[in-house]
Amino acid sequence: MLHSKRLILAHFWLAFAAFGLALIMGEWQMLVRSPLHTWIGNPDWYYRSVTAHGTAMAYVFPTLVAMGFGYAITEAALKRPLIGLKWACAGWVLIAVGTVTALVPVSLGLASVLYTFYPPLIGSPFYYLGVVLVVIGSWIWVALMCINLHVWKRANPGAPVPLAMYANVAGSLLWAWTAVGAAIELLFQILPAALGFTSTIDAGLARVFFSWSLHAIVYFWLMPTYIAYYTIVPRAIGGRLFSDPMARLSFVLFLVIAMPIGVHHLFADPQVGAGFKFVHSVFTALVAVPTLLTVFTISASVEIAGRLRGGTGALGWLKALPWRNPMMLALAFSFLMLGFGGAGGLINMSYQLDSSIHNTQWVTGHFHLIFGGAIVIMYFAIAYDLWPHLTGRALANMALIRTQLWTWFIGMIVLTFPWHWVGILGMPRRMGFYDYTNPAIAPEALPVMASVAGGAILVVSGALFIAALIGGHRSEQQQPDEYRFSVAVQPSRAVPVALNGFGLWVALMLLLTAINYGFPIAHLMSLHDTSVPAIRTGAAR
Amino acid sequence: MSTRSANSPRNRWLAPAVLITLLIASLSIATGFIWLPSLQLNGRFHGVWNAICSAAGLVYNRAPTDIERQPGYRTSTVIVLPGMLRTAGAASVGRGATLALQCTTCHGARGVSDADTPNLAGQYAPAIYKELLDYQSGARTSAIMGPRVTNLSDQDMRELAAYYAYLPRLSADHSAVDEFTPTIVLIGAPMRNIAPCVSCHGATGYKTGSAWLEGESLTYLRTQLRAFASGSRHNDISGQMRNVARGMTYTEIEQASAYYASQPW
Repeated sequence: MLHSKRLILAHFWLAFAAFGLALIMGEWQMLVRSPLHTWIGNPDWYYRSVTAHGTAMAYVFPTLVAMGFGYAITEAALKRPLIGLKWACAGWVLIAVGTVTALVPVSLGLASVLYTFYPPLIGSPFYYLGVVLVVIGSWIWVALMCINLHVWKRANPGAPVPLAMYANVAGSLLWAWTAVGAAIELLFQILPAALGFTSTIDAGLARVFFSWSLHAIVYFWLMPTYIAYYTIVPRAIGGRLFSDPMARLSFVLFLVIAMPIGVHHLFADPQVGAGFKFVHSVFTALVAVPTLLTVFTISASVEIAGRLRGGTGALGWLKALPWRNPMMLALAFSFLMLGFGGAGGLINMSYQLDSSIHNTQWVTGHFHLIFGGAIVIMYFAIAYDLWPHLTGRALANMALIRTQLWTWFIGMIVLTFPWHWVGILGMPRRMGFYDYTNPAIAPEALPVMASVAGGAILVVSGALFIAALIGGHRSEQQQPDEYRFSVAVQPSRAVPVALNGFGLWVALMLLLTAINYGFPIAHLMSLHDTSVPAIRTGAAR
Repeated sequence: MSTRSANSPRNRWLAPAVLITLLIASLSIATGFIWLPSLQLNGRFHGVWNAICSAAGLVYNRAPTDIERQPGYRTSTVIVLPGMLRTAGAASVGRGATLALQCTTCHGARGVSDADTPNLAGQYAPAIYKELLDYQSGARTSAIMGPRVTNLSDQDMRELAAYYAYLPRLSADHSAVDEFTPTIVLIGAPMRNIAPCVSCHGATGYKTGSAWLEGESLTYLRTQLRAFASGSRHNDISGQMRNVARGMTYTEIEQASAYYASQPW
């Protein structure tokens, strides 16, 4: 039973509003730097748009989805109203205010620093303050998740924490620790420069702090998707979860090894030693373990569904699956994109192979395929699954929903595959202009135009998504059943104490952070001649 | 089911989890800090301790070997900061006007001249100040300017800059760019790492320390671009202009110079 429906709906709608606007900006960026459009003349407009697109898509949209979904899980899994509803509302207000505070200076051209901040570029302090407000709002959510779990545990001593809530709190703890790196960078390096207290900044150290957040944030984005894989998909397609402990193990492994791997974003940076780059590369490779555990467990769970529906033989169960069920479609598309994206990611995370595609469009293709593809398509699925319970009305138009999922998948493939290709050809990313008449880059013109078409399909799909949700508010009222999560083949009457709490895993996370980041940060902080003048964007001309 | 803490030593998950984590960390550190460096065939492996320090990113102070650190080769030591010299009082402008009397022969009575010297009226103050400092330090050399700046104090140079920045120009703002603007000025040549002129010198972006170029003498602009390209002028911070000019073709230097010379001052 969901009690705080308006709170959850407010999170989802603000998230999807930010997503819709950023989606249109993304396609505009694709268009103006493609051969289909003449050069806009002023690159500043391009970088304004990139900054707004990245800020909305990376900070606002997934954070709000994780929060709204987290509140829904808390009430549905713990079967009690959310504790701290007023605090939750305050968190939402902080994020809404932070988003506006950040995006106003961006649209005025006073903070074209991209969402990765890129010191020594310094923009308007309001941009960074807005981002800080978004992070503080999300930390309220982290605290509420921990408090709700704690209260429930005291009321149910020794009982296994429901899997959905266990995974949800793992995600919130991951985010709490992940955000610390960027928070340190913002509060101690960037904001003092933006406010005029300092005129120089140690850009190398700032990049190390940002890398602390930059990769693990992807696993925070991934958490709602993985929670949906384990706790929604098997129920929605009529199957059983293959293994509850395996699911818990995957989530705690993400908690431990998602964070101390960020230096693989700095392979070309001179301020970090080669030894640490190698160690971070090794730990990045280890992320394959929880990922493959998940792929195996979910595939087994889906096979159970296929066989329960009468499928037989080695592959017959595949045919018996409910392919017209949106959740089945979303899962299949998500896995396909996760597979392609993961394969590309193996190149990015390899210290040596990365140099062939570093800072090219390959990287843009990679993270759009993983985040925009595998992750976001499950956000859609989560919204479709929750909507009848939030609105008290059925989502009637299944054909529209299926079309939306298909177009998102096709659009994302058409967008990102050519991006990977032009990346191999050497096309740099984050540039507003390419002279396609130059023989050296003329071969990139056709794939870039294909990407523009892919982006257009995504815009259509995004519009269908919004239309489907609005339709859900207008359809016939119905009393939905109680919101349920997947049931495991062997229900978890008892789970190992280590997989019912987080103490051990948080301790390991802190230990690995100290090993992998301790020396580089301490070393860079001990150097005194490494700061460079801060460069203000949008300064008076 | 037990409610013991997971971090209790009696929890049978604790020891394996910590051991496996430490084992992976130790193996990857040993590989990345010692074994892989020892396999390098480029003669850079000088013992285990050296390899560890190198892999950890410790900085060595090597003896300077490059030409820019040879005795007698000066580059600019001026630090340009955003917002510098933005405000100047009337007194400062007045003193600058008095000091500028010795500049009028070449730069004109009101900072504009046909003598193929740079026009200075309305020039950005940081640009003038930086060039004066560079003439004084020898980073920029000129048989005419060198002797004239020798005895100027830092305050003199700030006031000269303030005075010339105060003098009026014909045009209030940079020339608007359009499709007839030469490609090298508007777009640069990204494949050769050449940023467009307008991204630093105004129109689409202005970086502190860059000069106002519209209306300058054709001969002066062309000479300076060629000097940057050959390296005979080397007072640009971090070689920014040398890197740009070195990659420009003869035609592009002509186009850029002609474009800026044809604009109203």
